[in-house]
Amino acid sequence: MNTFELLGQGLLTAMQWSNLLYALIGVTLGTAVGVLPGIGPALTVALLLPVTYKLDPAGSLIMFAGIYYGGMYGGSTTSILLNTPGESASIVTALEGNKMARKGRGGPALATAAIGSFVAGLIATLGLAFIAPSVVKFALSFGPAEYFGLMLLAFMTVSAAFGDSALRGITSLTIGLALGLIGIDQLTGQTRLTMGLPNLFDGISVTTLAVALFAIGETFAVASQKVTGEEKVESVKGSVWMTKDDWKRSWMPWLRGTAIGFPIGAMPAGGADVSSFLSYSAERTFSKHPEEFGHGAIEGVAGPEAANNASAAGTLVPLLTLGLPTTATAAIMLAGFQQFGLQPGPLLFVTNATLVWGLIASLLVANLMLLVLNLPLIGLWVKLLTIPRHWLYAGILVFATLGTIGADGSTFSLGGIPVSFGLGLLMLFGILGYLLRRFHYPIAPVVVGLILGPMAEKSLRQALQISQGDPTALFHSWIAIVLWLLAASAVLVPMYMRYRGSKVLEQIAGDTD
Amino acid sequence: MKKFILATVLTGALAAPALATDYKIMAPAAPGGGWDQTARSMQSALQDEKISDSVQVYNVPGAGGTIGLAQFVNQANGDPSQLIVGGYVMVGAILTNNSPVTLDQITPIARLTGEYEAIVVPAASDIKDMAGLVEKLKADPGSVSWGGGSAGGTDHITAGLIAKAAGVDPTKVNYIAFSGGGEALAAILGNQVTVGISGYGEFAEQVKGGTLRIIGISSDERVAGIDAPTYKESGVDVSIQNWRMVAAAPGISDEQKAAITADIEKMNNSETWKKTLADKGWANTYLAGDAFTEQLKKDVASTTEILKDIGLVK
Repeated sequence: MNTFELLGQGLLTAMQWSNLLYALIGVTLGTAVGVLPGIGPALTVALLLPVTYKLDPAGSLIMFAGIYYGGMYGGSTTSILLNTPGESASIVTALEGNKMARKGRGGPALATAAIGSFVAGLIATLGLAFIAPSVVKFALSFGPAEYFGLMLLAFMTVSAAFGDSALRGITSLTIGLALGLIGIDQLTGQTRLTMGLPNLFDGISVTTLAVALFAIGETFAVASQKVTGEEKVESVKGSVWMTKDDWKRSWMPWLRGTAIGFPIGAMPAGGADVSSFLSYSAERTFSKHPEEFGHGAIEGVAGPEAANNASAAGTLVPLLTLGLPTTATAAIMLAGFQQFGLQPGPLLFVTNATLVWGLIASLLVANLMLLVLNLPLIGLWVKLLTIPRHWLYAGILVFATLGTIGADGSTFSLGGIPVSFGLGLLMLFGILGYLLRRFHYPIAPVVVGLILGPMAEKSLRQALQISQGDPTALFHSWIAIVLWLLAASAVLVPMYMRYRGSKVLEQIAGDTD
Repeated sequence: MKKFILATVLTGALAAPALATDYKIMAPAAPGGGWDQTARSMQSALQDEKISDSVQVYNVPGAGGTIGLAQFVNQANGDPSQLIVGGYVMVGAILTNNSPVTLDQITPIARLTGEYEAIVVPAASDIKDMAGLVEKLKADPGSVSWGGGSAGGTDHITAGLIAKAAGVDPTKVNYIAFSGGGEALAAILGNQVTVGISGYGEFAEQVKGGTLRIIGISSDERVAGIDAPTYKESGVDVSIQNWRMVAAAPGISDEQKAAITADIEKMNNSETWKKTLADKGWANTYLAGDAFTEQLKKDVASTTEILKDIGLVK
């Protein structure tokens, strides 16, 4: 049978009423969970695993896939409307999306996120069906040296892209990098900067930091402002729907986001967050309206949202073809496979073709279902903004707190009373988030530093350790060299542009800091 | 009459929990990992086999299980309904993290499952067997890069033990730590490292598919279904098992310990548990009572020694 016939058969499997129902339950749960800050799809799948013992394998895997995709969708909603990313992959979405929402363009922002996610999910799932073997080959050619090149590129482009002042951006990034050093050093097993606290041994959780800086920090900032009685936020200005111009500005970012997200998701050490960072900086570079970035540019929502969904599909490439889980959710889905006596790997496509193609087909179905579920809800979602702010932020505070406690049950004793450690960190970083806002430092680079810093450090040291200290190993392949050149150009090109710009506009030449 | 009904209902309600003990199992790791899966599989087996009415699983992740362990020792003391899942990784983590609590402070019940450490090379590698690997190690230890899980874990310890048994300085082992067996697998498939070392399960499908060649397994005797010689057969005197166990709270009475052990033994003999092990590909290495306590002591002693040799513990 050829791929089309197999996919057709898979669609028949997925279209069974019971499987459609599982997909619906999955995407609904996933969306709900993605909306809650701090509770990610990984935790949900893990908790549902025992429940599915008695379901049939196809049905429960379809449900897991639905949760996974749904979680990616749900995270963007809160990012855009409330500046509260549900998980690390939707942090970038908050940058432009929330600015749009504050200008009354929450509707188009949600729409471009939903449709972009759909388009990306569709293309990436088809990619999973047709080109998975070659993608996995490309992903495996990434060793430590190539990852370091990729991280370097991400650093260069991302740090150039955040905020108006490079100095403030780099300051924020450095805070994130410093926080990234906390914990057990993976390569030597020694603890760093943990102050003897065992709870810090595993480092600072990205979710805790992101929820604290964005949600809690924002809440403190709102609480500290004088209550004037008049709400500045307009829930809807103009149409709830995307205008013709919005469509025109969105479709290219969707495609670029997909092209960036899918291969990076397939990489063992890639991930949805890295691909959303890269997509954001790509859009900023290619945009015809770069001046709008930081003030609500629709490209900055469309691209990263497409990228994080494409990368979710990309994650399934190594999982299905190699049995290699590259994210926490994928690891749990692997456990789900094993629960039914299935071993993902090179033989899975041969031994369990019906199930695999059923899963791929149901991803397509889940994707469509999410679009149908989300688009009509946009009108309802934007009403969230009309809720009086004290109610809204009280709610956010409750959800963020519950999510943090739910994800990490560890406690420590404070004068005899058990206190949740995660909650303590959440509040501490919440205050940091407030201070950063108060003194106009950008928030996102802190989280970016925490995510990219450890990855960059690890891959650099692994590369040098394998080569026994020979630095030329960092440029041993053409992929690594290309990545270094791209990273260099990401710094040099804007400098050159600025230099040229300053010649044209002599009067503001001294203003470049 | 009304009173009688009320009394019956009340007695029934009171008696019900006494029929089957309720357990609360801590998985000292994040959801999805090996310990979490063990805890949740126990939950299903204990409930399905009606050994216990309700079993609750909760996660306290962090620092190789030592955060959960510390919390367990503090909060479960004397409570016979509390159990904790753990494993060999904890032994190393307690040492490298200078953990204030140790396994001496809990009540070990039984070793449940175990996995052996496999050494693999890419199919095209010029290393054909253990002898080839040892030869390369002796010639230049640094030139052999080992890809495995995090530093100080079972994979790292096994690599150190092999070098030591082969007469090579364990501090010279060029061990590249990856975030886990999966990421290490990618590095081996991508030809980034010379050999891969991790639990056999991580490599099983690739070995069957012919992309990786297994050159040794860390069991005492050959394992059915794994086509590889043991390290010992190849002249490297190392055997190691990455086991998972269940333990009870500190400060419980001997009767309480016996009751828990009986429940776990019932679970171990049940069809549900056997099916779970078969589905997950876990080997049943059940060992309870004094024999397990003895084995645990031995493991702690040998691990302490090798971690000092590698230089991870002062």
